[in-house]
Amino acid sequence: MTTMSLGLSRDDRPILIAALFILVILVAGTGYTIVRFGSAPLLSPNYLLQQLQIGAFLGIVAAGMMIVILIAQIDLSVPWTLAAAAMMATSIGGPLAIPAGLGIGLVIGLVNGIGVAYLRVPSMIFTLGVNAVMRGLMVAHTGGYAPQTTATNLMQTLASERTLGIPNALFVWAAVSVLVVVILQRTPLGRYIYAIGNKEAAAYLAGVDTRRVTVLCFMLCGLAAALAGVLLAGYSTKAYQGMGDAYLLPSIAAVVIGGTNILGGRGRYLGTLVGVVLIVLLNSVLSIMEMPEAGRQVIYGLVIILMLLVYGRSERVTS
Amino acid sequence: MQDAVLTPPSFLTLSGISKRYGGVRALEGVDFACERGNIHAVLGENGAGKSTLIKIIAGVVQPDAGSMRLAGVDVSHATPSAANAAGVVCIFQELSLMPDLSVADNISIASPPRRFGLIDGKAQRRRAEALLAEIGCEDVNPLMRVRDLPLSRRQMVEIAKALGQRPQLLILDEATSALTSADVEKVYAMLARLKSEGTAILYISHRMHEVEALADRASVFRNGRHVETFDKGVRSTADIVQLMIGRDIATQYPAKPVRAPAKPVLALENLSWEKQLDRISLGVGAGEIVGIGGLDGQGQKSLLLALFGVLRGVTGRITVEGREVRPGSPAAAKSPAVGIALVPEDRKTEGLMLPMSIADNLAIASLDALSSGPFVDRAKERAAVERGIARLQIKIGAPGDAVSTLSGGNQQKVVIAKWLMTEPRIILLNDPTRGIDVGTKQELYRLMRELADQGAAILFYSTDYDELIGCCDRVAIMYDGRIVRELEGAELTETNIIASALNIDAARPAHAAAGAAHA
Amino acid sequence: MPPPGPPMLDDVAIRLRQNIGFVTAILLFCIFYLLYHLAHPKGFSSAVLVQNSDEIFALAMLAMAQTVPVLTSGLDLSVGAVMTMVGCFASHLLIGTAGGTPLHLDIFGLHLGLGTFPGGTSGLLLGIVVCLAIGTLAGFINGCVVVYGRIQPIIATLATGAIYIGIALFLRPTPGGKIDEDLNWALTNSLGDFAATVHIFDDGAAGWFAPFAWIPVPFVLLVLIALLVWVPFRRSVTGRAVYAIGSAEGAAYMSGLPIERAKIVAFTLGGFFAGCGGLFLAIQTSSGNADIPQAGAYTLNSIASVVIGGTSLLGGTGSAIGSIFGAMILRVISFFFRIFDIAPLLQPLFEGLILLAAVSIGALGVLRVRNTLELFR
Repeated sequence: MTTMSLGLSRDDRPILIAALFILVILVAGTGYTIVRFGSAPLLSPNYLLQQLQIGAFLGIVAAGMMIVILIAQIDLSVPWTLAAAAMMATSIGGPLAIPAGLGIGLVIGLVNGIGVAYLRVPSMIFTLGVNAVMRGLMVAHTGGYAPQTTATNLMQTLASERTLGIPNALFVWAAVSVLVVVILQRTPLGRYIYAIGNKEAAAYLAGVDTRRVTVLCFMLCGLAAALAGVLLAGYSTKAYQGMGDAYLLPSIAAVVIGGTNILGGRGRYLGTLVGVVLIVLLNSVLSIMEMPEAGRQVIYGLVIILMLLVYGRSERVTS
Repeated sequence: MQDAVLTPPSFLTLSGISKRYGGVRALEGVDFACERGNIHAVLGENGAGKSTLIKIIAGVVQPDAGSMRLAGVDVSHATPSAANAAGVVCIFQELSLMPDLSVADNISIASPPRRFGLIDGKAQRRRAEALLAEIGCEDVNPLMRVRDLPLSRRQMVEIAKALGQRPQLLILDEATSALTSADVEKVYAMLARLKSEGTAILYISHRMHEVEALADRASVFRNGRHVETFDKGVRSTADIVQLMIGRDIATQYPAKPVRAPAKPVLALENLSWEKQLDRISLGVGAGEIVGIGGLDGQGQKSLLLALFGVLRGVTGRITVEGREVRPGSPAAAKSPAVGIALVPEDRKTEGLMLPMSIADNLAIASLDALSSGPFVDRAKERAAVERGIARLQIKIGAPGDAVSTLSGGNQQKVVIAKWLMTEPRIILLNDPTRGIDVGTKQELYRLMRELADQGAAILFYSTDYDELIGCCDRVAIMYDGRIVRELEGAELTETNIIASALNIDAARPAHAAAGAAHA
Repeated sequence: MPPPGPPMLDDVAIRLRQNIGFVTAILLFCIFYLLYHLAHPKGFSSAVLVQNSDEIFALAMLAMAQTVPVLTSGLDLSVGAVMTMVGCFASHLLIGTAGGTPLHLDIFGLHLGLGTFPGGTSGLLLGIVVCLAIGTLAGFINGCVVVYGRIQPIIATLATGAIYIGIALFLRPTPGGKIDEDLNWALTNSLGDFAATVHIFDDGAAGWFAPFAWIPVPFVLLVLIALLVWVPFRRSVTGRAVYAIGSAEGAAYMSGLPIERAKIVAFTLGGFFAGCGGLFLAIQTSSGNADIPQAGAYTLNSIASVVIGGTSLLGGTGSAIGSIFGAMILRVISFFFRIFDIAPLLQPLFEGLILLAAVSIGALGVLRVRNTLELFR
């Protein structure tokens, strides 16, 4: 492939291809709007900023999900971690709202981590159970309705307001991104994460406390989901039932589209960023095209398969 | 001109076989032949091309050039099953059994007896029982899952499975490395029987004494070329090793210094664990290489794991430089206060993260030392990596290459270099030379002595008695979880090792000699 | 090795030890279900059994559907979507009007007539066959994407699931359609009612038939599908190859097993079972509903059923029958809520806690492990 001859590593190819695909989407979408409306709203900076603002929520969830996928696990409790953090933050209100919400994310992550690392229950099923329990707790707590209390001013400011013309949510996303990149690239923890994702037994025998690292990763993922929940509640000014459900599969898709191996051990955060942008833009272009939900789902599925056919293919099994 | 007497064509003939992997020449213009009713050993270092040769014959890989004739017919096996259909069956070092399936299922996995289109369970079971009886393993219940069998039995099931395919050409690639001595005898008997029935047998092994005992003929490969084929008894072991390495080896083992007994750096007192370790007491001094020997499965590996903090519920005392320690995990064991390093048994699944780079693998155990503050100091890391590579003379392309691209010997060097970077005072080695070529083995022996001379205490488990005698200052023989004898100096002989391993009184040398054949 | 006892007992002991998860699931279910009937005011009656069977069938089918890919150490996140899609197809094809149903396609602003789907009983039978074929085809496509696309199953089926849900939404943007009433009645009640509707066995009044008349039809269907499809599959060469792949794919390749074919068959069979579930759900609710959250819930519950039923998510061991019992355990737990009058608000919490407890039971074995390295293999 020509990209190989450009000296690009295996991890860079997906990022490049995904970025190219984003351009394709923008071009196709602009073409459509020019033909249909005679204008190119997709290219207006305001529009793009707004899309990125919405993308920030998915982006923060995907950042946490990526860390867990890197250690060859998965976190299916993201939907109700997000919702629980949002609901508790709005219920508690006041200056403690955001810390409470984030605290919930940390606690759920801790429970997930203990179940996976110490009880050795497969993460797919344990986080599934935790998700169900969180849903149960929230339903019992709120009486099944959306909590009536609104989000605090700080939450709303962070989520909806702008500073210097740029949405605050983007700053939060950027901060999360910087943190993730620093952890993965510059700290021993990041190396341990990749090592565990590659071969936990070897990492253990090299003196890595793999169980503690696993717990830490789930806590980071829970924290990310909680942060997204708090922001989302700020954006919508209140929390509501099922607000996290729409973020689970797209976050996994974004991570995988960005070139991270679903089996762990390999992937770059830049890829996840690109993956999130791709999904968000795709969604918005489809809604500008007034594509019904049916069509959106089909296109969403086809895009994932297409991207993975290009660079997500596993080796043929020979031995 | 008188024609030479027409000799009948060989059963298997390879002509001009070549194979490249990327830039590496695995095989170059190889001509090779083997006959029916003949046990033919294939010898050579790792990287000499033996494995590739076997894989081509067994249909796992395709040659780039050359041809193959089997029983007078040109053949080219595209897949392992095509080779099986042609009567070529290979027993590899990595088992081809499915652990969650039963013994009966595994033995008849490819073409099971059928009834009404579905698998006939009863017929399959009877077939398994018959084959297991042929190799003397009647005690294995065919319903058992392979996963629940000990490693030696699993290998025997693998052999029964191969036998069931009624091979015309049977290839064994280090097939006896996991077997107990009793099972090895059964395999030898089976091979003798197959030989008398006219089966051609190709036998790869790094164990010279095995080869000497079994083979009628041997071929040596070096650097992808076929060097020489000779009959039994024509060449001495020294000759063969020289053919394999291609250079003169003065001594195999570095000289052992004569030193006053050092104070123990590592002292074990009544170490016990489950049923595997039974009141082990042992001392290792600075500058000493202490070997652990004995039959397989007597607790040697458990001892090393216990010292490294992998096992839970270990009782007894462990003291390092006089201080009592209780390593609860490898992280604790490698900490500067304790300073133990373990080179594990299986480098591919325990010693290395294969898809990761050489540099990452080297640095993984020392990241705390290579960090300033919360961040990894990249310059420090790079320097340490380069030092590690240079010190062990690891042959690599670039530090960023995946460690999976290295040969077995170089991979093992990476594992050792990784641990040397932690500057351990005690080094544990779990059968480090298994599956390593002769050249790298010698480098490792030299390295061990060097490290000991620099003050490290080395505890070295090996299944090769030759190695134990050559390298170690002292050897502790384990039997049934206990140390039955410690040998050193003049007493450190093969006879004594074997006698102790079998837990026999050394006053009865006759028995010991009988066991010597397959040490 | 334990000393060999008398041969028969030896075998039984070995089989028991190997299938301990499966046996536990059966025992648990029997205990729970017995308790349920004992506590139910109308326990042990045909009416309750019929109602239970109706509610169990779809999840049991989806649990079977999830089992086969899981055995190959894969996963199928599209089972709920396939179920929903087939249900929506059924709501168009099984309407059951005598003269047949006109079919048309509304796409990109075009209205295309597709002819008339036959009506009457033959039409219903054809409709059933077509729906099952669609489910099987969906599974086949999943298999092809995984095998020929060489994409990891979890992400491949995540994507195909979106496509199938999209198709379902296209068929039924809003819930609608209907199912022939006779078909609905016949398949969701007892054998006696079935015989009466289909006019066999003297409309169900035949003397020899009486002892069987109370058996719920969904239960009979479940048993038939398990016996006629799953059991022969498990004993076939392809079925064993599925287990082999999940156990050690590299070794399976070396042994010459048809890896690609087995994986495709595994997903195809999964699609077939999911189609059965979707078909029944449509017939039972007498409508087609492209309910995305419901599809997601069914998918996740199918995974839980598989785990509770004793199949390992790592592949290589387990059975679809165990997964059926896993599904039944999950459902019976929710039945308990009804009779014990647990506040509806607390039900999701209890369900979640029980699920979590069930899957953590295996953790007890971890505490006994003395060699930490074994945990990481």
